[in-house]
Amino acid sequence: MFPQLEQLLPLVSKPIQYVGGELGATVKPWDSASVRWVLMYPDAYEVGLPNQGVQILYEVLNERPDTLAERTYSVWPDLEKLMRANAVPQFTVDSHRAVGDFDLFGLSFATELGYTNLLTALDLAGIPLDAADRTMDHPIVIAGGHAAFNPEPIADFVDAAVLGDGEEAVLEITEIVRAWKAQGCPGGRDEILLRLARTESIYVPRFYDVDYLPDGRIQRVVPNRPDVPFRVHKRTTMDLDAWPYPKRPLVPLAETVHERFAVEIFRGCTRGCRFCQAGMITRPVRERSITTVGDMVKQGLEFSGFQEVGLLSLSSADHSEIGDICKGLADQYEGSNVSLSLPSTRVDAFNIDLAQELSRNGRRTGLTFAPEGGSERIRRVINKMVSEEDLIRTVVTAYSNGWRQVKLYFMCGLPTETDEDVLQIARLAHEVIKSGRAATGSKDVRCTVSIGGFVPKPHTPFQWAAMDHPEVIDRRLKLLRQAVNADKSVGRSIGLRYHDGEPSLIEGLLARGDRRVGAVIRKVWELGGRFDGWSEHFSYRRWLDACDAAFDGVGVDIFWYTTREREEAEVLPWDHLDSGLDKEWLWKDWQDALTEYEQDDCRWTPCFDCGVCPSMDTHIQIGPTGRKLLPLTVVS
Amino acid sequence: MTKRQPPGGQAPVVQRVRVRYAKRGPLRFTSHRDFARAIERAIHRARVPIAYSQGFTPHPKISFASAAPTGVASEAEYLELGLRERVQPDELAKALDDALSPGLDILEAVEARTSDSLADRITASRWRVELPGVAHAALSGAVAEFLTRQEVPVERLVKQGRRTFDVRSAVHSITPVEGPDGSIGVPCAILDLVVRQVTPSVRPDDVLSGLRAVADLDTAAPARVTRLSQGTLTPRGEIVDPLSRDRDAAAVGNRLT
Repeated sequence: MFPQLEQLLPLVSKPIQYVGGELGATVKPWDSASVRWVLMYPDAYEVGLPNQGVQILYEVLNERPDTLAERTYSVWPDLEKLMRANAVPQFTVDSHRAVGDFDLFGLSFATELGYTNLLTALDLAGIPLDAADRTMDHPIVIAGGHAAFNPEPIADFVDAAVLGDGEEAVLEITEIVRAWKAQGCPGGRDEILLRLARTESIYVPRFYDVDYLPDGRIQRVVPNRPDVPFRVHKRTTMDLDAWPYPKRPLVPLAETVHERFAVEIFRGCTRGCRFCQAGMITRPVRERSITTVGDMVKQGLEFSGFQEVGLLSLSSADHSEIGDICKGLADQYEGSNVSLSLPSTRVDAFNIDLAQELSRNGRRTGLTFAPEGGSERIRRVINKMVSEEDLIRTVVTAYSNGWRQVKLYFMCGLPTETDEDVLQIARLAHEVIKSGRAATGSKDVRCTVSIGGFVPKPHTPFQWAAMDHPEVIDRRLKLLRQAVNADKSVGRSIGLRYHDGEPSLIEGLLARGDRRVGAVIRKVWELGGRFDGWSEHFSYRRWLDACDAAFDGVGVDIFWYTTREREEAEVLPWDHLDSGLDKEWLWKDWQDALTEYEQDDCRWTPCFDCGVCPSMDTHIQIGPTGRKLLPLTVVS
Repeated sequence: MTKRQPPGGQAPVVQRVRVRYAKRGPLRFTSHRDFARAIERAIHRARVPIAYSQGFTPHPKISFASAAPTGVASEAEYLELGLRERVQPDELAKALDDALSPGLDILEAVEARTSDSLADRITASRWRVELPGVAHAALSGAVAEFLTRQEVPVERLVKQGRRTFDVRSAVHSITPVEGPDGSIGVPCAILDLVVRQVTPSVRPDDVLSGLRAVADLDTAAPARVTRLSQGTLTPRGEIVDPLSRDRDAAAVGNRLT
């Protein structure tokens, strides 16, 4: 349908994002494949294109000769309006086909704030919003990504959800759909969803009923037919060396948020930060070996022409051979204008050594440390083991090694948090600047304090925690600002960045919501909600109005979902979805948090029985391998 | 405290190569910034020995002549590369073309043999403007009216806000073309346009604004514009290819060796 779309493109901003034509893009003949996927990251192209998950699945699927995958992204409201006026449906950027033409429509949700964009895409595609209204003419809509670990708020809108790693899951789904199509689609939509559900690792919400207690809590979630499992388990891809994707990274013509080749150097994290959903649901740690990382970097750079490499993971400095990886890559690319970066959140001097190594080429990327909590007390609560002394020593080391600016990341609204815990952030920042000035003899040192709002997430020890009311958060942040600026001579070297508490509350509603929250999402969307992850599009008022309308007569409200602490016995909306974590262990860890008791990392201390490895039949995969990166023969 | 020094040691430029490229089909929606990033990556993929500027953040030596607006196709865009090793321009053209998405097409590469800049040689562009849904007669009438005017002021939104400027004086020639339907397969009137390089720049859509202003020409559907050539405008109204002098110098050089 490109000719129709083409007429609209001169009228919208940044039309290149709708055109496709990226390096690494694959356009297969439609008839060459018997199973056809459309993959979506439900945000604007500039955010969605760099998404690793979509890129990996796109490549894995397109490598199969009889399978094809294309991509679609959220269109901005200017184009949405024109598409509606001119009857142009949601389209793929690869061959500009209608999304409704595909067999499977897979969406990756990194954040719950993408839910309204799901509805826009379905509606523009001509796919009924309610999964129950879909027929054989419509694709099977499947959610993945971290938010899919509690897909209940979008249970009405998706046909299925996949928990965990997608590489093998998409291939398995493809084969199930292929076999069903080859048989002539027996039993229609119900049958294919049943076949998917029987894998025990694909959740089909329509096969489960939720009963509620008179007080609004969930009584139980049970299958409504005999042949589906009581619990659905997450997927874990073992041996990342066998899955070295992306091999052909997508290189966009349009500007995107990350202009680099990213290599995931390991998956999973057992640091045990209690707020971190990613760290909890991606266990165990599985490293890519140093040599696979080296090969991927070489191949990815040659293919893409990118000049920047990001070595990504949840805590990259924790790779068992990170020192050799950094040194090896710095040696290989010395003098080549390739810059290497490590998301540096670990608070210790080792991180600075690595950053030094990586910046040998002269390109120096920023240093970010994430103590997450302002006081030592709150850091014990969240299990982020950093002493104040360590933090200051680390930052001062960075200043002494020539960094003029560091970024410190904290959260506000953590369980048990008091004003005092947040005010400690100001004291820490002052101390950092004073020590930095003393150590360098220069006033030219700065730090940026960046504050995120805490949102309790499913499958974490904080899944039972109460959120603070946005007014509490906003008041604390105001106090913090005053405290930072109380000493002007130091305060002027400190930048403070934060958002108000309202979007976090909505994220909290969606993160721990149940199926009744679906009505809120629908209402917000009907009221014009789009791109809720973008502050210029987000409207707190609209969400509150939608909650009032959708919860009328239901007996719950937004604060019931967010600022209410849950009891141990409460059935949580995601209890039937198995991340491998033992609920009793999570509860114990939550109690440990309340008593400020820390938990070690099982990579270096004995197993603490979180439950993941035995229940998922997985194990920790880490080095060292003892191998080194060899010099490249040709370095341009 | 260690004071950081720029790393330095970037290799000097030993050869300059001038490149003509096209922006075609869907990729005409590539903005100049987008293209600048794409060519930089293509240079790395194709292992072109590009030279870098000195300093903490070395930049590849790429300079662009005036770029066509986003959404306008072009058969005649130009850039110049500074290289740290000598290459065969033809081989460079092929390697770069292979490294770019189809639709961003390298047409020719010529070694720079003259010291003046490409930009100095570009004084005008020829454009082909297809106007879907516009009748040839209506366009001819509007053009005739346009040509009677000494001045045609139009308004455009620029960075500084709304700005009014004259488009008439920049238009060297404006000719309705009789011919088959345009490239989009719908009936359309076609305009051949030669516009001088002036400041503020006058673009084809400004000329269309002018036609609307003088004759109420109804151009509701978006025009489809292609830059056919750019270069030095001769008194006889021809546009001289800006690479021809480098090519001529090369031919002379070849004879001598």
